[in-house]
Amino acid sequence: MSTASVPLPRWINYGLIPFLNLLVAFLISGFVVWLIGESPLDALSLLIEGAFGSGEGIGFTLFYATSFIFTGLSVAVAIHAGLFNIGSEGQAYLGGLGCALVALALDNYVPWYVTMPIAVLGAGIFGAAWAFVPAYLQAKRGSHIVITTIMFNYIGAALMVYLLVHVLIVPGKMAPETRTFLDGGQLPKLGWIMEIFGGKLGAAPFNVSFIIALVVAWFVWLLIWRTKLGFEMRTLGVSPTAAAYAGIPYARTVMIAMLLSGALAGMMALNPVMGASARLQVEFVGGAGFVGIAVSLMGRNHPLGIIFAAILFGVLYQGGDWISFEMPNITREMILVIQGLVILFAGALEYMFRPAMVHIYQRLTGK
Amino acid sequence: MDYYDIFISVLSSTIRLSIPLIFTALAGLFSERAGVFDIGLEGKMLGSAFAAACVAYVTDSAWLGLVAGILCSVALSLVHGFASITNRGNQIISGVAINFFIAGITIVLGQAWFGQGGRTPQLAGEARFSPIILPGVDAMREVPVIGPLYANVISGNNILTYLAFVAVPLSWWILYRTRFGLRLRAVGENPGAVDTAGISVTWLRYRAVMCAGILCGFSGTYLAIAQSAAFIKDMSAGKGYIALAALVFAKWKPVPVMFACLLFGFLDALANFMQGKQVPLIGEVPVQIFQALPYVLTCVLLAGFIGVAIPPKAGGVPYTKER
Repeated sequence: MSTASVPLPRWINYGLIPFLNLLVAFLISGFVVWLIGESPLDALSLLIEGAFGSGEGIGFTLFYATSFIFTGLSVAVAIHAGLFNIGSEGQAYLGGLGCALVALALDNYVPWYVTMPIAVLGAGIFGAAWAFVPAYLQAKRGSHIVITTIMFNYIGAALMVYLLVHVLIVPGKMAPETRTFLDGGQLPKLGWIMEIFGGKLGAAPFNVSFIIALVVAWFVWLLIWRTKLGFEMRTLGVSPTAAAYAGIPYARTVMIAMLLSGALAGMMALNPVMGASARLQVEFVGGAGFVGIAVSLMGRNHPLGIIFAAILFGVLYQGGDWISFEMPNITREMILVIQGLVILFAGALEYMFRPAMVHIYQRLTGK
Repeated sequence: MDYYDIFISVLSSTIRLSIPLIFTALAGLFSERAGVFDIGLEGKMLGSAFAAACVAYVTDSAWLGLVAGILCSVALSLVHGFASITNRGNQIISGVAINFFIAGITIVLGQAWFGQGGRTPQLAGEARFSPIILPGVDAMREVPVIGPLYANVISGNNILTYLAFVAVPLSWWILYRTRFGLRLRAVGENPGAVDTAGISVTWLRYRAVMCAGILCGFSGTYLAIAQSAAFIKDMSAGKGYIALAALVFAKWKPVPVMFACLLFGFLDALANFMQGKQVPLIGEVPVQIFQALPYVLTCVLLAGFIGVAIPPKAGGVPYTKER
């Protein structure tokens, strides 16, 4: 008999197996570190020291985590509807355009708390707009969403470079970026949270978007598990034929799921654009859209899991910087290695340990 | 410069830029016709470029570099196969994982081994595939029209370029004229029927992804030790995805794949040529238009404006033998 249909208790399915998957990913990462000739344990302690050792370190960790929460949610919403949105990267890039335009238009006239909600909206709308064509092609023409969203990542990158180099650039400047936003277009730092715990934020750009991210995560939870639309999306994700039989409109649900996914990805831009650099720059997304895939997989597509997974990846990014500073042999790209391994073992090889688990479980319980 | 000379120079760089696309898109063809989506083409190309450059540097032999490139790429294909065929995992996720892993590990190992910021040392002489001058070039050069074409486009390429153009009819022959090819295509459309005929779906798909690995090995090797003389970090620069677009654009058929790759290579060559040049009436054309055009064209195709692209029916679906 196949082991796939044997039920396992929840703590094995949602606790032990994901833990084993992650463990293998990190053991192999440690092996790579050892291969280079450094001590994996030293690297681990540097990682933790870099990410949590100071108020500034924690600030950077949470700053990175903020972006990853948004992109993780973006990937997760699509996955619930059975769609694999690999285009969060491009949607976030365009979202940056949306929130930068709002900030540029308003920063001279109103304080940040007026700009912020409009910027959230702007980023969301631009992100969603970039998901529209792939969503339409999937819903109406049956083109594979993976292919089209990849295409749109590249089209988006070309478009943004064009806009920044030829249109939005400050006349007379060389750098392809917009002007610096005034105070009305910047999100304030959250230094006071750090001070409650007696730390100092220093140069870390940990800002209000973190709170927005948490609120948005709660909304996503509400949407997926507490609304009719969320139920329809999950039904479609589990079984398209059952969804069709239940009268759930395929095209409409796909469109809504993808537009929401694009909007969530777009909102990620608030954090780096308005929260950190206060201007729109080339390649500001820096792969956060792809990290969202790993974050969503690790967080089992649940908002709470995504928040924790995003913080873990924040630790990897900030701690990874620290390691590359202290151990010049290990470059920053080590993060990509770990990321790839996490995606491989927590995602593609998700069920690798399951048959073995079933055997052990059956032997132990005597069934 | 004379218009014909411009044409010749754009044409010869079209060939140069198309070769990695052709190998990679053919790799995707084998994999996807067997029902295994392969987003990891990019990673396999980059990984084999790194392996080829390292081994060619150490052994001073381009051919050993090629072998290393192929071995690396096939190994990655087997990982992809293990995840998506044996473990029935998500093929897209597995491909994404491979791309990330390779993008990181090539730089980490490159820095640790050579300390040049992710580059490998410069290669020269026997460690590279150098241009082959066909016989009679000097005599032909003076012949009008055909002469420059022969001397600059047909001659003066390296062996891998010619192999790419051999690989196209060869792939066609394997896929459409051999028993293996028939079964491979069948397993991408209806694996259940293949299984009923007593043929192992698993083994067939494994062979298909290994074919993809071998072809990607050629494209990576071409990048590192034929086109360039070293591995440079992230040197595949999205070519794996352009090849994927070409594969879709060519509707998963070998000969159209070659033409799609030549078209996308031509757009790339044109972009390089047009940089900073004025076009009458329009002015300077932004280079980004050429960069986006392959993807825009593919999306237009997918939207159904240029015929219909129907992917292999069982693509992306893991095969479950029993319930």
